[in-house]
This record gives sequence, structure tokens and C-alpha cells, in this order.
Amino acid sequence: MNSSVIVFPGSNCDRDIAVALEKVQFKNKMVWHKDTELPKSDLIVIPGGFSYGDYLRSGAIAGKSTIISEVIKAANKGCLILGICNGFQILTETGLLKGVLLRNKNLRFINKNVNIKVINNNSKFLKNYKKDQILEMNIAHNEGNYFTSSDHLKELNDKNLIAFKYCRSDGDVNSISNPNGSIENIAGIFNSNKNILGMMPHPERMIDNLISNTDGINLFTSLIK
Amino acid sequence: MKISNQVIESHGLKLDEFSLIKKLLKREPNLLELGIFSAMWNEHCSYKSSRKHLKNLPTKGKQVIQGPGENAGVIDIGGDDAIVFKIESHNHPSYIEPYQGAATGVGGILRDVFTMGARPIALLNSIHFGSPKFFKTKSLLNGVVSGIGGYGNCIGIPTVAGETKFNATYNENILVNAMAVGHVKKNKIFYSKAKGLNKSVVYVGSKTGRDGIHGASMASAEFDENSEEKKPTVQVGDPFTEKLLMEACLELMKDNSIISIQDMGAAGLTSSSVEMASKGELGIELNLEKVPCREENMSPYEMMLSESQERMLIILEDGKEENAKKIFDKWDLDFVVIGKTTDSNKLVLKYNNAIKAEIPISALSSKAPIYDRKWIKKKLPKIKVDLKKLKKVKFEDALIKILSSANYSNKSWVTEQYDQMVMCDTVKQSGADAAIIRIHNKKKAIAVSVDSSANYCKAHPISGGKQVVCENWRNLISVGSKPLAITNCLNFGNPENPEIMGEFAECLKGIKESCEFLNFPVVSGNVSFYNGTNNKNINPTPVIGGVGLISKLDNPINHKFKKENNLIILVGKTFGHLEQSAFLEEVYSNIDGLPPEVNLVNEKNNGEGILEIINKELAKSVHDISSGGLVVALAEMSMGTDFGVKIDRPKKLTNSIKYFFGEDQSRYIVEIEKNNLEKTAKILKKNNIFFEIIGTTQMKYFEIQGEFKSDIKELYKINNQWYNNF
Amino acid sequence: MEKQLQLNSRKNKLKFSVTVTLKKDVLDPQGKVVKNTLINLGMNNLKSIRQGKYFEIEIDANDESKAEESIDKMCKKLLANLIIEDYTVKKIS
Repeated sequence: MNSSVIVFPGSNCDRDIAVALEKVQFKNKMVWHKDTELPKSDLIVIPGGFSYGDYLRSGAIAGKSTIISEVIKAANKGCLILGICNGFQILTETGLLKGVLLRNKNLRFINKNVNIKVINNNSKFLKNYKKDQILEMNIAHNEGNYFTSSDHLKELNDKNLIAFKYCRSDGDVNSISNPNGSIENIAGIFNSNKNILGMMPHPERMIDNLISNTDGINLFTSLIK
Repeated sequence: MKISNQVIESHGLKLDEFSLIKKLLKREPNLLELGIFSAMWNEHCSYKSSRKHLKNLPTKGKQVIQGPGENAGVIDIGGDDAIVFKIESHNHPSYIEPYQGAATGVGGILRDVFTMGARPIALLNSIHFGSPKFFKTKSLLNGVVSGIGGYGNCIGIPTVAGETKFNATYNENILVNAMAVGHVKKNKIFYSKAKGLNKSVVYVGSKTGRDGIHGASMASAEFDENSEEKKPTVQVGDPFTEKLLMEACLELMKDNSIISIQDMGAAGLTSSSVEMASKGELGIELNLEKVPCREENMSPYEMMLSESQERMLIILEDGKEENAKKIFDKWDLDFVVIGKTTDSNKLVLKYNNAIKAEIPISALSSKAPIYDRKWIKKKLPKIKVDLKKLKKVKFEDALIKILSSANYSNKSWVTEQYDQMVMCDTVKQSGADAAIIRIHNKKKAIAVSVDSSANYCKAHPISGGKQVVCENWRNLISVGSKPLAITNCLNFGNPENPEIMGEFAECLKGIKESCEFLNFPVVSGNVSFYNGTNNKNINPTPVIGGVGLISKLDNPINHKFKKENNLIILVGKTFGHLEQSAFLEEVYSNIDGLPPEVNLVNEKNNGEGILEIINKELAKSVHDISSGGLVVALAEMSMGTDFGVKIDRPKKLTNSIKYFFGEDQSRYIVEIEKNNLEKTAKILKKNNIFFEIIGTTQMKYFEIQGEFKSDIKELYKINNQWYNNF
Repeated sequence: MEKQLQLNSRKNKLKFSVTVTLKKDVLDPQGKVVKNTLINLGMNNLKSIRQGKYFEIEIDANDESKAEESIDKMCKKLLANLIIEDYTVKKIS
């Protein structure tokens, strides 16, 4: 299967995600933001980092780049799109995902391992996880505090579009286990067609026991047919 | 225009230095030339006070590819891999504007590393603040930590290790030292030495603004009534542009376009062009009207002295301009040919074809003044601390006092603000003795650590200098790496004061002794003098950054206990040295007496023995014993795990305070499984290493028999509250 | 009576705006990126952009000059970093 990783000036998790994709045998291509055409892809990943320095608003300027209009076209045709961290922020800025990522509640950058719970595994992204499975993943962000309108929040809940929530190691979802102030502890969401996943935790950092753990690998194995 | 004495002094030059300038030029300099001399002859560029002492340091070894004198040092880690690293200070700017000061400190040291062709793979820092009670400390801490994080996180290099310390000596002068480590292929190392005539000198990166023009501000006050507008400005870091610059440079370095490359750091365009020409024994001619400027009407003086960040100077091979420009265009960066190399051995600056400055390169480099500053030996304290004369303290209270203090508290408040994992090769995160970074796509890894021991250095500079190198070596050993080389950042007070110069000379003597004995050479570094205000100098604070090699990374080790019922072995002899210890400082605010002595023979022996135990996979966890002594080291191994300890009463030393809090050197704690005792003991005995079995690990409780027992969760809580309450 | 109270309270409240911008010669990385993006989006007549911060501050005071003095103090003490930033104060109401 073919994957494309979109590289913006300031992306810095592009190599990491490419390593993860190649580990599960994706044929991966890096796509520069000034490119006007997307290679044929089954999966498009918008990686983490600080596209355009996160200046103005994180993700805002990348959301206006040349290649993004191609990504939007592909998304509307049903191509799978994964946005991680800054990629999630870019997806909300383009409107492909609703809501916004605000500054962390404590107003500081947070890098640590947190627990997240798989809320809905019924999707192409998460089918190799169990529902309610508890994972340990690394977060690294300044703006990961997910917020959305009450209408959209209702839709997320009604249509089962929440992918992950921050939780304690025993699975309890509460305010103490919420690292950044996200509404309802949301760590990742789908669009209504479930072909787009945006998430703040970094699954690509969790594919190697020597470095961390392998809790992220099933996300990538889920995607490869 | 005549140069007045006031103008000379405002450029930080002495009158006799000005006479030397006139002699070298055989005429009076103009203001631009004076500015250039002031930049090149200042302490930072010329090492005029320190050079005499620095040249005694050992800088060679089989592992050394490039020692001091380049943008950074380079060492061999086997195969075709090399490691490039250096530490640098950004103390004064960080006190004025903590966020930007710290951020640009990180930016500067990263450029030093990628200039040499290396992709940066790790950042470290050593930051020292004043007393927590001092009113400025809190905002300085906040600003510096978020500045370091802001830059490193954005550019996407993990910040993997460091130290954060507090002491009233830094109230008016904090220390911000940043270290960068990069990986490069041995045959792709780039140097700053210019070669060949008539080669294009290219300016790349950000535009030049009026950032950090020091002498200019004061000098201009004389010439311009409305000088407010020209006040020196603090440099603002732009990590985004630096990321682009880094990627563009590394892309250009893939082929053979670059003859030499130099980062525009302090004294920007001046020092970079002079350095390249001087190393290549060439001249250089620049056309300043071509320099990309951010502001209107910038004068040649401002262009040459600007310290704007994220800029580089490159000398290109003939015919490579077009291709190189394409790369910089792709990354939206300026790329302008601003001059050429010449055979004049002069720095010639033109503006719209008029010559504005003409200075022999040698006058700015080899003929710059070097001082043999007067120094006096430290008068060593004679006092011995008598425990009996101090108010008695309970063992438990002393331990809690230390673990809950600013200096010994868990630093996750700091480290969580740094991205430690980006690039996905950080094997172990901050908080351990040393961080381990895997070489991408390889089996091997490096260990990195930074250390300082200012209290020891203040009390006994030679002994302190020796100790800090050993401490660093121990930290690298503790994670199973073979220590290879160090970089040093020498933070001292005013070198014109013979006592301070004495501290410098003697600390260096100590550093030299250890480095020589341990075959642990210095490959790069930085000197920062004049730390202090109004004759109040900081404690001498040499900071050592070390790199070690783990040739096969199968089973990385750290300092956390792994299992209950394992044996705890104390390696190295315990005498109970309490003077200059954390115990006396934190509990009694007593800083009398001499620091513990380092026995280099034992140091080397013990370290090599530990390394053998780790390499044979006998150890489950290893931790070196440093400030706080045995009990603090044991607590650090327990906290955050489920495993505590049960430690027997010491057999020989009757005073448990001395035994558990003493800071005797060259000691380690090793956790082993019981059935590995024989093998472990054999290795230690074979190497003539003193060791004692002091107890076992146990679930849940931290217990020193006859003294104290506590749930480790309680200790953890105590150790974690300081930052959150600050 | 109620109306009277409202009038009084209105009288006691003064509203100011404070704009904090980077000093003229200080590098503005954000402004630079925003400018380049807008030009790429076709706004060719764009000459320069400097970003800053905007505050609206209400304070209890009758004396306008005293109020302005205290706003000035706020700027110097906290809102602006005078090493790299300038500020301007305007009365809104």
C-alpha cells in the first residue's frame, strides 16, 4: 500500500512517521508542501512538528498551503488521512475536522507519557485495537486542549466519533488524567465518514521497545491490508 | 573623525590595546575598524585571558578527529560514524531577557554543530539560578526553561538531559549553558578553513538587523542626539528559520559544493569572515551593499557587528552557485554572493565600491593581545566541621529536608517542558545519570551528560575541577557507556581579579589532571568570564559535557531498581566525608571545609570494573553516588518504582550520618540478582575494587535499619512537591 | 435610585486599550511568516506586518490622568517587556 507524508517547513516528526510506516511495509513518499500533485496514496499523513514555526496559530499557515487543497480533494474522495499532533491542528484549521486545539490548560509545553483509552475501535485506523484498550503514548505539544461547539460534541458522542480519551492507568477517565484541559478528555477524533483521524498523542513514537513501548504499532498495522 | 578615549572604552578596549591597533595598522583606525577590532579582541573571540591556561588541557587521543578551534569538536565512534559536540554559555543575555536569551543560546550551539555537517541529535543544558527566595528567580526560571523548550521543541531536536541548580551566588548572574550533539559520517565533516583564491563568499539565512550591537549603542550616543532608536536590541530567536537553515545546509552538504562554512555567531559577519580567512591564510573582500538587511539605512558598522541569528557564511567551489541557490530558494532563505577570497591577507570591506575598512587578518587573529593575567593560589579553608558541635538532627528529618529542597527535587516540572522524544532515538529520558541516544538505524548508541560542582570548586578549585570531570565520567559509566571525550563551559567571575584568575587557573589544573588520567580529552568548549556584578563574582562553575559510546545497545541500563530481593552492592570506599556536602548545606547552611578528594587511580579502576559488570549483563541497575551521598542515591533509585530497600547498619563506621550522607568519591551502587553475586564479586576482586553488600531491595518500603522506614510513595511525594509549589 | 447608581458606577469606570508591539528594530519572526504567506495568497500590495498584543483594561478611577498613570505602570511592570517591546495606551471610554 502507498502512503504519503506531507512535509511543511517546520515539520519535525516527518522522519519518525516515515520510519513507522515503512516498518509495517507501506511504500512511503515524502511530499513537499509546494508540490501541486499528490502521488497515488491509500493513506496521507500530516505529521507533527511546528509547521511555519506555529506562528500566528498552530496549523493556520500550513492550512493555506498549495498541497493542502489536494489533500482536501483526496479526503473528500474517501482517502484515509491521519493527522498527528501538529497534523491534527492543521486538519482543524483546514476544516477537515471540526473543533480547535487551544493552548494547554497549564500554559506550558507538555512532553510526557500518558494513558489513553480506545473509545471506538470500529474504524480502519483502530481495528487492531480492542475497544476500551488502555495504551501508553507520548504527548508533546503546546496546544492540545481540544475544544468544540456543544452541537459538534453531541455529534461526536452520538455518532461514536471519539477515537481516544485521556485516562488513568486503570482506565478511569477523569479530570486528573486530563493533561491539557481537553473537553471530555478527548485525545483524538474521527470525521463523520471516519476516513480522517486527528490525534494529539504520537503513535509513531511507540513502535520500539528499546525506545519506549509498542502501543502505537497497531495503529499502523490496522491500516496496512 | 578622531577616535576619542571615551569611544575606545565604550568598545571595551583598553588604551594600550588601542595603541597596539595603531601600531598594527600603522595608522589610526576609523570607527568601523575600531568596532571590528573590539569584536575580535574581546574575551569571547580572542580568549585573551584564558588561552595561556587552556593550552595545557589534553585535547588529543585516538578517538579525537577534531579538537578545540573549530565550530565544535569531533570524535570517532567507530565504523564511519562520528559525533560532533560542543557546549556554550548564554549567561548575560538570559539575565536580561530570559526567554530569548536562552532560546538564542540553544540556536547558537545548534548552528555550531550542523555547520560541521552533522545532523543534531540531542540537546542538553546546565542552568544555574539564584536562591529560590530571591525575587527574580521564579521569573528567570520560567523564562529560561520555556525559552530552551521553545527553541528545541520547535526545531525538533530532543532535549535529553541537563541540570537545574539554585544558589545565591547566581542571584545577579544566572548561568545558561547549552550543549548540542550531532551525528556525521566521517567523510562528510565540514570545516571553517578557507581554501583557494577568488572563491565566492556566500551569505545565507536570515537577514541582518540591528540585533545586539553592543559597542555601537554607546559609541553612537556621541554622534547622534536621537540615539534612543539605535539602542542595542536583544536578539530574538527564530527556531523556524533555523530549522530551514539547518535542512538547507545539510542538503547542500550532500555534494561537494562547500569549501568551508562558518556560523555567524557572536560578532556575526566580522568573526565568521575573519576566522575563515585566518585559518586558510587568505584575505577576504566583502561588498557590504549586498548584505541582506532587515532594516533600512543600515551602516557598514551595524552590518559587521550585528548579532542577528540564523545566518551562515559559506565559501563555495567554482560553478556551484546556481545549484546552491536553488536549495536555499526551496527553503525560502536568502542566498547572496557578498564577496570573494583574495591573496591580500587582509579583510577588505567595500560599500558601493568605496573601501570602508582594510585590516590585515593577522592583526585580528594571531596578533591579538594575549594576557598572562596575575593569579594567586586559593587559600584553602582549614576548618573541619565537627558534627558534635552542630545541633543534632534526626536522620529522617535530614533526608526529607534534602529530598524536598530546590536542588534535589524531582525536575520533571522542567523536563516535561522539553520534547525529549522527537527523532525517536532517545533510549532513556532525562532524570537518569546520563541520557542514551541511539544512532539512527544502527545498533550503537551514545551516552551524554552535563555536570558541575560549583561548591566544591569554590572551596578547592583544583580538587573541584578534578571532581567535576570524574562525576561526568561516572555518569557515563553508570549507563554502560565507555567515556570518550568532553566539552567544557568555563563560567567564572572577573579575570582581572587575581583571586578569580586563580580559581580559573586551578580549576583548569584539576580538569587537566582528570582528563589526562582518564584519557578523556577536551575537544571543544567555551569560556565565560565577567560573571558577577559590583565585584561580587559567582562561584567558579566549570560545566562539563561528556559523551560516551555504547557499541551494542541490546539491553540499556538505568538507575531504577528492577526487582525485590536483589542484592545492593556499594562499590568504592566510604570514609564519611561531610564537608561541602548536601547534608551540611541543606540542613545547616554550612559550607565550611574542603570537598572530598578524588583518587584518580580508584576512579578509573572502579569505573572500569562497573563497566565490565554492566557489559556482562550482571547489573540490573546502576547509579553513581554524588551529592547527597549514599542515602540520596538509594532514594533516587527507589522513587518512582515499586521497590524500596532494606539496608543493614554499617559494620565499620559507627556514625550513620557520616556513612549515609558523606560524599566520598568514585562510588557506585549496583543492583544484582543473588545468583550473580559470585560472578560480580569475582570481577570486582580481580580489579582490586573495594565493595560491600549493604542490603537488599524490598517491596514498598525504604528502610535503613535502626534509623528510618518510610513508604517509597511518601518519599516520592516529598521529592515532587517543590516545583509545583514554587 | 437604580438609575442613579448605574450612573455613579459608570462614572467610576474608565476603559483603556493597550497595544504592545515589538520595537522597531527587533526581529519579528511571526510577522515575517504571516507577511510571506499573505503575499503568497496574492496580497501583493502588502508592505510590512508587525504583530503585537492587544489588551482592554477597565479600572476604577475618577481621575483620568491618575488612571492613565496606573495603566502606564501596568505596562512597565508586566504587560510589555521594555527591552524588546513598546506600548501605546489609548482611552476608549
